[in-house]
Amino acid sequence: MSQTLTESPKAGVNLPPTVPAPEERKGLTKKEIAADHPTWCPGCGDFSVLALYFKLIEKRKLWHEKITTVAGIGCSSRFPYFVQAHGAHFIHGRALPFASGISLSRPDLHVFVFGGDGDAFSIGGNHFNHTARKNIKMTYVVMDNWVYGLTKKQTSPTSPLGFKSKTDQWGAVDYPINPMKQAIAAGATFVARTTHSNPNHVLQMMEAAMDHDGFSFIECLSECVEFYEGAFDASNPRKGGVFNLVPADHDVTDEMAAYKLADEPFPGRFGIFLKKPKATKNAKEAEIIRAAREKVTGLKDWQILQKNFDRMK
Amino acid sequence: MNDSSVATPHAGGAPKISKISEAVIRIAGNSQDGIQAIGGFLARLAGRSEQEVMTFMTIPSTISGGPSIFQVRIGSGEVLSSGDEADVLLAFYQHSYEGHIGSLRKGGIVLFDSDHVEAKPEWEKDYHHIGIPISGLTVEAIGGTARDKGKNIYALGLIAKMFDLDVPKLEKLIAERFTGKDPSIVKNAMTAFHAGYSHSLGGVLETFKFVDSKNKGGHQVVMNGNEALAYGLIAAGVRFGAGYPITPWSDIMELLRRELPKYGGTFMQTEDEIAAISMAIGASYAGRVAVTGSSGPGISLKTEALGWAVMAEMPLVIIDVQRGGPSTGMPTNIEQSDLNIACFGSHGDAPRVVIAPADVEDCFYSAIEAVNIARKYSVPVILLTDQGIATRIEAFREPELEKICQDISPDFKPVAEHKPYDLSAPDGITHHLPPGTRIGSGKYPVVTGLEHDEMGHPTGSPKLHMQMTAKRRKKLQALAATLPTPKIYGPSEGNVLLVGWGSTQGPIKEAVDRARAAGDSVSSLHIKHLNPLPPGLENIFSGFNHVLVVEMNDEGLYGFGQLGGLLRARYCDPKIRGLNKTDGLTFKVKEILERVKTNVAAGLRKQ
Repeated sequence: MSQTLTESPKAGVNLPPTVPAPEERKGLTKKEIAADHPTWCPGCGDFSVLALYFKLIEKRKLWHEKITTVAGIGCSSRFPYFVQAHGAHFIHGRALPFASGISLSRPDLHVFVFGGDGDAFSIGGNHFNHTARKNIKMTYVVMDNWVYGLTKKQTSPTSPLGFKSKTDQWGAVDYPINPMKQAIAAGATFVARTTHSNPNHVLQMMEAAMDHDGFSFIECLSECVEFYEGAFDASNPRKGGVFNLVPADHDVTDEMAAYKLADEPFPGRFGIFLKKPKATKNAKEAEIIRAAREKVTGLKDWQILQKNFDRMK
Repeated sequence: MNDSSVATPHAGGAPKISKISEAVIRIAGNSQDGIQAIGGFLARLAGRSEQEVMTFMTIPSTISGGPSIFQVRIGSGEVLSSGDEADVLLAFYQHSYEGHIGSLRKGGIVLFDSDHVEAKPEWEKDYHHIGIPISGLTVEAIGGTARDKGKNIYALGLIAKMFDLDVPKLEKLIAERFTGKDPSIVKNAMTAFHAGYSHSLGGVLETFKFVDSKNKGGHQVVMNGNEALAYGLIAAGVRFGAGYPITPWSDIMELLRRELPKYGGTFMQTEDEIAAISMAIGASYAGRVAVTGSSGPGISLKTEALGWAVMAEMPLVIIDVQRGGPSTGMPTNIEQSDLNIACFGSHGDAPRVVIAPADVEDCFYSAIEAVNIARKYSVPVILLTDQGIATRIEAFREPELEKICQDISPDFKPVAEHKPYDLSAPDGITHHLPPGTRIGSGKYPVVTGLEHDEMGHPTGSPKLHMQMTAKRRKKLQALAATLPTPKIYGPSEGNVLLVGWGSTQGPIKEAVDRARAAGDSVSSLHIKHLNPLPPGLENIFSGFNHVLVVEMNDEGLYGFGQLGGLLRARYCDPKIRGLNKTDGLTFKVKEILERVKTNVAAGLRKQ
């Protein structure tokens, strides 16, 4: 019995051997965490997100084997190749259910998912809603650039009205998705917004997301310098914009207040919009298992099955 | 009813008792009448009495109600199919009577509820009619407010009397079935059963007694194919699955959702079919082979992720309970038309394993085999069953669970170094390390759907794409070499060889028996491993003048069904031809025999 949802060894779980205490192992250096050199265009906002993920791993002393980096398809979804850790590069839009399979069967791992706006809100839109509402424990960072970059400038679900792309030569006509509203409405229990141009804030959000017990979602504005240059200038003080934090008196457990923040026009607010403690899917499943195993205490697996077969004689 | 002596009218005396070796009973009513329960009791009783049994049922695809049948064939010898013709028809309604009298053999008995059925005089000379006011007598027996609920159990009593069935065993089965429910339910069921059992069968000229079956030693278990498959997965050590509801696959996910927590595992109902396979693949990657499954349209939806599992070389078990297609097709009918998608459904070159169990017992063992192949070769394995095998009940020798159940817990032992796609691995077989495994070299693998190098990092190298494509193929060629050549049923040389796969094994074998008894030279071969195919088939084919591939799918644009086309492509043998049908029903034995005759004659003309 192993790779089960319960963490108690009494339930017959055979999780990986306990990692030596932090003092026995030195924290990883950036060199040890970095893998392939990123294939992103020079100046891409994704570099900053990757650098801060490394910093998170360093700062929080996460070991290679304790984290799993998952992505779907898109520029930003190349992420796992650049991280020296167990990783999976899955298919377009389906990174969340793949990551859920890991999260729900391996409570010992930190599962991080990285992706873009197309992956999250277009082809994978359904999975975003359901992973959020089920509150499956993982951290999901969407690097939102308002455009399809890998396929070279088509309209994305977050492209603003009027954005001229190769599929909307005269300017985008479809109303864009507001990722924050989407996440709040879907029932996500941790919803935060940040931007690549403010590294300290990105790290802060990542740390808070990682520490949240549940589905934690970060929208990170990440500029595509090739196909949507200047998209986020209004949020960058260095480019003449304003970086407005979530007001200090904002109640992060108030869904309606969070929704109102999300409704502010661009550049809007940055910080944690919503953080609500709610039982995770992982915990609920573990409880179902605990209750079921209580009824078969002391029985080996074959004996549990034998009981069923005896009823079919 | 084999071996039964001809019923001769007795003037006045007690009914004659005939010894029989088998019987086919068809119960026809509406789906909410509990006719499946009668069938289930009879099947389970047969299992406990060391008899063989096979059932066949139809369910309407309507949400509730509608005509439904349940056919049970019980035999003291080998039972290969659910029977072409019924010996006894139990009809609850006029539509059941009129719609199913044609399935009764001439001289057979129709037992009908005279409260709802009016017998037709023109049929009375061909079939022995026994009208009993089943509904009224049930109400009378049980009393209270239950109306005619319980008439199925009353009818079971009548059948028990007619076939001299083991009453204590049936009582025990009834009690077990209603265990945990309100005691009055058990009491009412027993009352109804005994009222039926003690009802005078009036004009019945003959009752029957099964001859003792050969004691095969050991107990038998009785279940349907979906149950056997799900329990097989549990025995194999599968502890995680994900699925989306669709008929007729849903039973499997319901069972796993209910049972897996007892073993520390779980089954997830996901938002859609794509999420289901993706989640299962994620769990497989996390260290222990997981399962997903579906029917019809759901399989189509899963193919992109399936291709990923092939590319990333991830173990996975996918169950496809086939139904009539394409599109929504015929959700509650039987068809074997998913072989092509199972073997080839994907973009790109995507070799995977396809296994089709031949009967209910085989569902149990095939599930274990699928898990072990998936693990050993790091490959997705598709288990192809169908609506017929999923819902039919059979009795089989109880598996030795203590020996069979396996522990497939992942191994997290640290390693010095690791290359997930090592080109020099024996037979090109990949073995992934689950996340959580520490790697001394500090070089960690990425599993990916992009063409990759040995570490899993993307490559556009023509050479690597050729090498990796060959690697994914070669491991299945290595598997193929280990597969057993299927055994021929009947002599290894002759005129006609019938080739089948999946749930048609029984009727095909029975067709061979009947053809040989009539002096025709017919043998059969059943192929369980469909992709890759086992070695040695060409030698078997060379022993026959005609190789007819019997399949419940269309003959296709070029005259061959899906396996027929595969065998043609593989063996280039013009003797291989198709014997196909698409009526959504299981093959009847006589249907196969008739089609063989016309098919062989047509084939000879062509030559």
